[in-house]
Amino acid sequence: MMLQEPVLTGHPLADTVAQYVWLLPVLPLIGFLLNGALSMKAAAKLGPSDPSAAGHDHAHGEHDDHNDSHISHDDHPVTRHKYAGLVSLIGPGVMVLAFGLAAAIFVAMRSVDMAHPYVDTLFRWMPVSDMRINVALQLDPLSMVMVLVITGIGMLIHIFSVGYMQDDPGYPRYFAYLNLFVFFMLLLVLGANYPVMFVGWEGVGLCSYLLIGFWFSDKANADAGKKAFIVNRIGDFGFLIAMFLLFANTGSLDFSGIAANIDKLPAGGAVVTAICLFFFLGCTGKSAQIPLYIWLPDAMAGPTPVSALIHAATMVTAGVYLIARSSLLFSLAPVASLTVALVGGLTALFAATIGLKQWDIKKVLAYSTVSQLGYMFVGVGVGAYSAGVFHLVTHAFFKALLFLGSGSVIFAMHAAYHATHNHADDAQDMRNMGGLKKYMPVTWVLMWIATLAIAGIPVFSGFVSKDAILGAVFERAQGSTLANASLFGIPGSALLYAVYAFGLAAALLTAIYMTRMMLYTFHGPNRTGADAESHLHEAPWIMTGPLVVLGLLSAAGGWLNLPEFLPLGPEGVFDKWLEPVVGASTARIAAGGGALATSTEQALIGTAVAIAVAGIAFAFVRLKPAALVPKKVSPASVGFAKVLENKYYVDEAYDRVIVQPVVNGSKYILWKGVDVGIIDGLFVNGSALLARALGWVGSQLQSGQIGTYAWVLVLGVVALLGAFVRVH
Amino acid sequence: MGNEFLPLLYSFHFYLFGLISVAAAIAFVTRKSPVAAAMWLVVTMFALAALYVMMDAQFIGVMQVLVYAGAIMVVFLFVVMLLNLGHPSELSDIRGKWGRIIAGFLGLALLAEIMTLTRSPMELKLIVPAIPATVNSTGGIIGGVAGPLFREYLLAFELTSILLLVAIAGAVVLGRKRSAN
Amino acid sequence: MLAEALALSGMLFVIGVIGVLTRRNAIIVFMSVELMLNAVNLSFVAFSKLYGATGQVFVIFVMTVAAAEAAVGLAIIISIFRHQETVNLKDINLLRG
Repeated sequence: MMLQEPVLTGHPLADTVAQYVWLLPVLPLIGFLLNGALSMKAAAKLGPSDPSAAGHDHAHGEHDDHNDSHISHDDHPVTRHKYAGLVSLIGPGVMVLAFGLAAAIFVAMRSVDMAHPYVDTLFRWMPVSDMRINVALQLDPLSMVMVLVITGIGMLIHIFSVGYMQDDPGYPRYFAYLNLFVFFMLLLVLGANYPVMFVGWEGVGLCSYLLIGFWFSDKANADAGKKAFIVNRIGDFGFLIAMFLLFANTGSLDFSGIAANIDKLPAGGAVVTAICLFFFLGCTGKSAQIPLYIWLPDAMAGPTPVSALIHAATMVTAGVYLIARSSLLFSLAPVASLTVALVGGLTALFAATIGLKQWDIKKVLAYSTVSQLGYMFVGVGVGAYSAGVFHLVTHAFFKALLFLGSGSVIFAMHAAYHATHNHADDAQDMRNMGGLKKYMPVTWVLMWIATLAIAGIPVFSGFVSKDAILGAVFERAQGSTLANASLFGIPGSALLYAVYAFGLAAALLTAIYMTRMMLYTFHGPNRTGADAESHLHEAPWIMTGPLVVLGLLSAAGGWLNLPEFLPLGPEGVFDKWLEPVVGASTARIAAGGGALATSTEQALIGTAVAIAVAGIAFAFVRLKPAALVPKKVSPASVGFAKVLENKYYVDEAYDRVIVQPVVNGSKYILWKGVDVGIIDGLFVNGSALLARALGWVGSQLQSGQIGTYAWVLVLGVVALLGAFVRVH
Repeated sequence: MGNEFLPLLYSFHFYLFGLISVAAAIAFVTRKSPVAAAMWLVVTMFALAALYVMMDAQFIGVMQVLVYAGAIMVVFLFVVMLLNLGHPSELSDIRGKWGRIIAGFLGLALLAEIMTLTRSPMELKLIVPAIPATVNSTGGIIGGVAGPLFREYLLAFELTSILLLVAIAGAVVLGRKRSAN
Repeated sequence: MLAEALALSGMLFVIGVIGVLTRRNAIIVFMSVELMLNAVNLSFVAFSKLYGATGQVFVIFVMTVAAAEAAVGLAIIISIFRHQETVNLKDINLLRG
């Protein structure tokens, strides 16, 4: 249980391939520069093109009756971009190289004792009096896990995108942005101090904006991008405040320096709690928890591979990574950790209820992501950092698979609609799908694997990770620093039991809505329309190949962290791997309680499995796909179903309470009042007026009036003598 | 003569002439007609001449009457007559009520400052000149003034005469009627 | 007597200043300036009683210069009058910038 302290020289990784760690972010950066150059060169040569001309996805804002105007140009065969070949080589190519390098470094790390992290300082960034901030990259078990996930799944998604975006006029721009995103994400996880992490944090927010609004000529898409960015910024403010507080109290911003100065932060004190809560505010923004989750469903306006990479596997997990990285701080602030767990649990349940009544296939997955992120925060909130990060990894597998699979479905639906010149129907609405297993069997099987994983059916990966989290919650509820703490007067143990209940309920709902999605999309009769139906087919292998890889990972990923009751292989490999980084913090939070009794554990697991099975069965029995009708003739929802479908009207409430007052305040107070009135009127016009007045006064000096001169003369003499009088 | 013999009489005359001079000055400033104003100024000068004589500056007193009252004021009156300004117009040239009030305040302020400053101790001490104002046995009253005038202040005297020459020339030039333009 | 003489001199001077400030007739302004010079002369004479003949010598100079100034000044006023038919200071503002 050693605390991680960095060693600058003599690290066992010093002369291995790990010295090229700087290449990891630089490779995608090169990809960005090359792809961007190609994009601009093409635009210079070919002239501007409508970015939304071939858009497959589109935003579903508050107006679901939106016209698919962007596919009106598509009465032509697939046209590939001029530089598509080159970009297809560069974009995924740098990812393959990056993944290869990451794998090599991983192999090197495995054979070495990683009790201390390997810190590679690249250059001095901000030396200001006491503060020394360098651009430094840190290799340790936690960052390695994240790097592998990012480069691995990123690589698969890049390859998928080659097929998915093939006829898009913005092809090079897409890969440029995607590469840039990977660059920033790698900076985020590899940063050895909070400022470098913050650069990555903001950068991924930027790329998220660019990619969500990729088809920006459609205003709804641009609005979704703006919403994501602005809501993210609110969280970024929290991150900054936390950094300031951290520096003010410990004098350092890099992880090793903070660890060394940790005794300046008294355990359980107000300062460390404040720091953790502000960091968590940043997490609610970036990782879409209550209250700042609202941007994620709107972010589905971007291309589906973007949703898979950014809004499922990597960017939204940055918050979880942040808490795991700051596990030292969070373990010293039980109240903050309790808050994290509580918010995570609430979000998990809340988002799951909304997912029950969404009709757009991507929206279902979006709310599912919010819900699963809630689980991850529950995990890191109760101090089970390793379990939370493991759920991050397995979630990356099955959620990416789900998104890419839905991408294949949407691809097929769009192709069918293009072929039949159907511009009115929504290709993403499940009410227009149905019975697709006949036409897309491979996708069908793979998505069922992912659904079973997310529902928590043994022995898929989701079961292992979700179970670890729920078990940890229960264990902490029975005795730990969290159980001994209290939030607003409610004892921690009660809250933790409540979180456990939320988790179980969310698991039930997850099983139900995911099965619902599968039923409506793949089972039952087809509702696409007879002529379009004949054009439905499986996606090309360049898209289905990555799906297969992800399917294997979703199924077998649990093997990485097997619990002891499942003796299928080595136990707890993942936990042992992360132990040098988070082990001490986990122990600190769990202090005061023992491990669960085996019987209790088995009872918990049994409950979880039973719930998952019950959920799936319920969905099969109660939901009748045959009773659905296509979207355009579907009746509107009523009652509570309507509330769920409209996501509890949270966006409308925010608009009323926050957005409109700010807009009105800005318009009337800040613009008309301050800008026009004070700045333009008082300062600009006023200074001109003042100059004119002074000029007028000055002009009186040259009036030529002798009388005036005499007056001034006498006045001056009186004033001058007055000065002498006062002196005495 | 002087205030050593009859101090009370001396004071009485001093205050009398002082009062006359102030009253005449105020009258001068408030007349609408330039001629009347000039006349009142002449009265002021006469009163001042009397004061000069009382203060043992008899020569100056006579000079005051001869030069100031007798020559300079006469020139003023000549000009008034020349420009036919003797009849005061309907529009008075005195400033409005506010102008007078503020001028009055300024004047009072100036007076107060002068009184205060002349009473306060000065940093520099007055250098007592070596020339006493006593009656010179050879020159009499005028001799007491003429001596320094033609000895210590000879340069200034000569310069003053050049100044007078220039003034005469200037006045003639300025007063000439322009024939062409 | 010095103090009273100085007070009188001050008062006459201030009356002259008020005259310069309130009147708009050029000739009367001129005469007010003469009054101010007279007040100064009175000061000089008052001091000469204590400090010697220098005061009276100064008075001679002041009077001479006043005479010269009056001559030239009045010549200027006549010139202006030939140009503009007025001696009201309000109307004499050819030097305005």
